[in-house]
Amino acid sequence: MTNAIETHLLRKVFGDYAAVKGLTLQVQQGEVFGFLGPNGAGKTTSMKMLLGLIAPTSGEASLLGKPIGNREAMRRVGFLPEHFRFQEWLSADEFLLLHGQLLGMKKDDLQQRRDELLERVGLTPFRNKHLRTFSKGMLQRVGLAQALLNRPALVFLDEPTSGLDPVGRRLVRDVIREVRAQGTSVFLNSHLLSEIEVTCDRVAFIQHGEVVRVLDLASLSSDQTSVTIRVSNLGAESLNGLSQWGREVQLDGEFVHMIIASDTVLPDLTRYLVSQDAEVYSITPNRMSLEDIFIETVGKDGGL
Amino acid sequence: MSPVSIIARLTFREAIRRRIMLAGLVLGVAFVIIYSIGIHFIFTQIAVDTAANMPSQAAANIMNAESTNAFLMMGLYAATFLSVAMAALLGADTLAGEINSGTIQTIATKPIRRADVVLGKWLGFAELLGLYVLLLAGGIVLSVFIQTGYVPDNLFIGLGLIYMESILIMTITLMFSAAFPALATGGIVFGLYGLAFIGGWIEESGAILQNDTAIKVGIITSLLNPSESLWKRAAFEMQTPLMGSFFGSPFASKSVPSLLMLGYAFLYLIVVLFIAVRIFQSRDL
Repeated sequence: MTNAIETHLLRKVFGDYAAVKGLTLQVQQGEVFGFLGPNGAGKTTSMKMLLGLIAPTSGEASLLGKPIGNREAMRRVGFLPEHFRFQEWLSADEFLLLHGQLLGMKKDDLQQRRDELLERVGLTPFRNKHLRTFSKGMLQRVGLAQALLNRPALVFLDEPTSGLDPVGRRLVRDVIREVRAQGTSVFLNSHLLSEIEVTCDRVAFIQHGEVVRVLDLASLSSDQTSVTIRVSNLGAESLNGLSQWGREVQLDGEFVHMIIASDTVLPDLTRYLVSQDAEVYSITPNRMSLEDIFIETVGKDGGL
Repeated sequence: MSPVSIIARLTFREAIRRRIMLAGLVLGVAFVIIYSIGIHFIFTQIAVDTAANMPSQAAANIMNAESTNAFLMMGLYAATFLSVAMAALLGADTLAGEINSGTIQTIATKPIRRADVVLGKWLGFAELLGLYVLLLAGGIVLSVFIQTGYVPDNLFIGLGLIYMESILIMTITLMFSAAFPALATGGIVFGLYGLAFIGGWIEESGAILQNDTAIKVGIITSLLNPSESLWKRAAFEMQTPLMGSFFGSPFASKSVPSLLMLGYAFLYLIVVLFIAVRIFQSRDL
């Protein structure tokens, strides 16, 4: 199966500044791929290159098996830009019709799809209102509908939840899950780690225009778990004995922190503590957050 | 519907919705009305004066026809200027503004060519300008016809050339708009128009004074921007022979642009449009 996105040493230089140094990555079909990095890391430039808006200085890339800029591929691609500015003198209805026509959609299919999507993003009551009267959140919703008109095989979302309230953010998250279930690949550019964490299958960390790490989020939850145990009456020897289930065991007052390989060891660990006559009040597994990994990867200065 | 016609329709609708055309239409109608009222009183007075002063009825008729033509050309000159201004205003913000705001991003990522965007906009503006020139220049010709029964020679050639001048300015504007911000584009285009205008005057004066150097300066500016030579040819086509022989003013032509110059203007338009497409194709959005 061809990858949804494939890039090889994609590079963009503005004057003497390399915004993207050499981007190499693969996005598989049907996965939600997060593109993470500090501000100015080259995320938007990379996305614009993939979409044919910016010409790469060098390197290669393909979308859906076709070279970037290929119109046949773009027929199956959707895009929600970051600073969504649309034809504000159009109504939501007209706006979606315009974009559907540009996609070459058939009239009946387009009208049905438009109605479906307006309903899905909750804008049916406002469909005849001009976009200039829309709030930022409403514009983001109509922009999302626009990106999904052609039932894309691959959709690019650049900061889709920026400017949205919690309800809107939930909507975007749910919509991403729905399109993923229909087999659509999603390329999600975001700096909101919590969003990425709950929606993405894989993430790439990008810094100074290069991929510095690719992470499978499914493995994240079981691999990297830290545990906080509230316990008293625990001898030094018993404390040392805990390292058979994990590493970096630390005692901090009546709390023990440690990192375990997997949460499957927790029942054994509990039985051990009880057998050592320790008084256990609580055992809390803490999934190592994406934020921890992000900071560990790009450094505390955000890669500046 | 082809992508070019989708963009053309969008462009047309944008001008209507954003009330640019409305402003143009209201002012255009006001222009025609004021002109009509003005020439009504002027023509009435001229008829009285010529009847009193001319030695014969035949002489009075010639004088009336000449003055009618002179005032018609004056009105058409103003209409041409307004059409050129409208052409520059329509074109200046279009690509530049949409690149700046990012509106272009969802358009340019659709399965269409970038050339479709430029050509669609060009077509939409050409339609709008057609209506505008028809309203202004057509309104003036109609007003004169209703009041005096006078129709100038070569009317359709003349109106066609006026229309072509507005298209030429719009195309130049579109080209600069593909490369520069809106304000810079407007400045450059009006500068070029001013250059052609003053070049036209120098050439005209040169023709009256029979100074070859002045004529050459005029021709060179016409090569840089042939818009004004289109008006001069239009004036030549529609004016009476008498007017052309002794008038030297922007409303009449003594130094007549050749058919070769018209051909050059047409070629110029095509090349500018082609460059506009190429600039837009190669730039980052």
